[in-house]
Amino acid sequence: MKVAIASQGNTLDHAIDLQFGHCAYFVIYDKETGGLEISPNPFRDAPEKAGIQAVKWLASKDIKTLIAGDFGKKIQPLLDQLSMQLIVLKKPTTRIQDIINLLNH
Amino acid sequence: MPRIKTPRKLSGLPTIKGFRPYGPDINKRATAIILHFEEYEAFKLCDYEGLNHSLAAKLMQVSRPTFTRIYASARTKLAQAFVEGLSIEVEGGSAYFDSNWYQCNFCGCFFNQLNPAQQVVACPLCGKKHFQQMEEAEFTNLQSK
Repeated sequence: MKVAIASQGNTLDHAIDLQFGHCAYFVIYDKETGGLEISPNPFRDAPEKAGIQAVKWLASKDIKTLIAGDFGKKIQPLLDQLSMQLIVLKKPTTRIQDIINLLNH
Repeated sequence: MPRIKTPRKLSGLPTIKGFRPYGPDINKRATAIILHFEEYEAFKLCDYEGLNHSLAAKLMQVSRPTFTRIYASARTKLAQAFVEGLSIEVEGGSAYFDSNWYQCNFCGCFFNQLNPAQQVVACPLCGKKHFQQMEEAEFTNLQSK
């Protein structure tokens, strides 16, 4: 199962991003293989609907779970439609590495 | 440009993906009827659960006239499929599933459960079993803060 985490930077020491649609990087972590992929968010500077576009882009990469500090209201119906799980972690200081450690419970 | 349709709320996923007719004179190449998710839901609420239109409209979070239109469209499509011997596919439409929200007491995260029929066993993030279900109003408040 693949998980996408919204990140402020491109290393595992960076913190989780509080915005989902306009976050700087997406860290895509594969729970089964342990594979990591860090890619910049192509919709970072989109004036509007960045979240919706990002969700569709991540869904095309076969990602089933999203983790970010906060989400906009617009994407919630879309996520339910695409049957993607949402995890909201309202702790801005959490590092990506900590989240990956938590996921490996 | 027409106004965007308000998404209709579904109580759950349909149990089937579609239906296929059988019999000697079935035209196999005939196109299938696409029954939208919201039409399936409207049909289910009215004819299976026996609710009236205004109550069912509230459950799907649309107005009563809109609900009646969805329901009429569902009936038309089903009748056409039955009479003309077409297969039915349940897909598409402007609908969303209502997912339940939970809060984990260990890591403090909020998460949703997509399939209402499935029981939540553990927090998807930390795997601990200390979580509680949230009311919908609570989560809406959380988002607006």
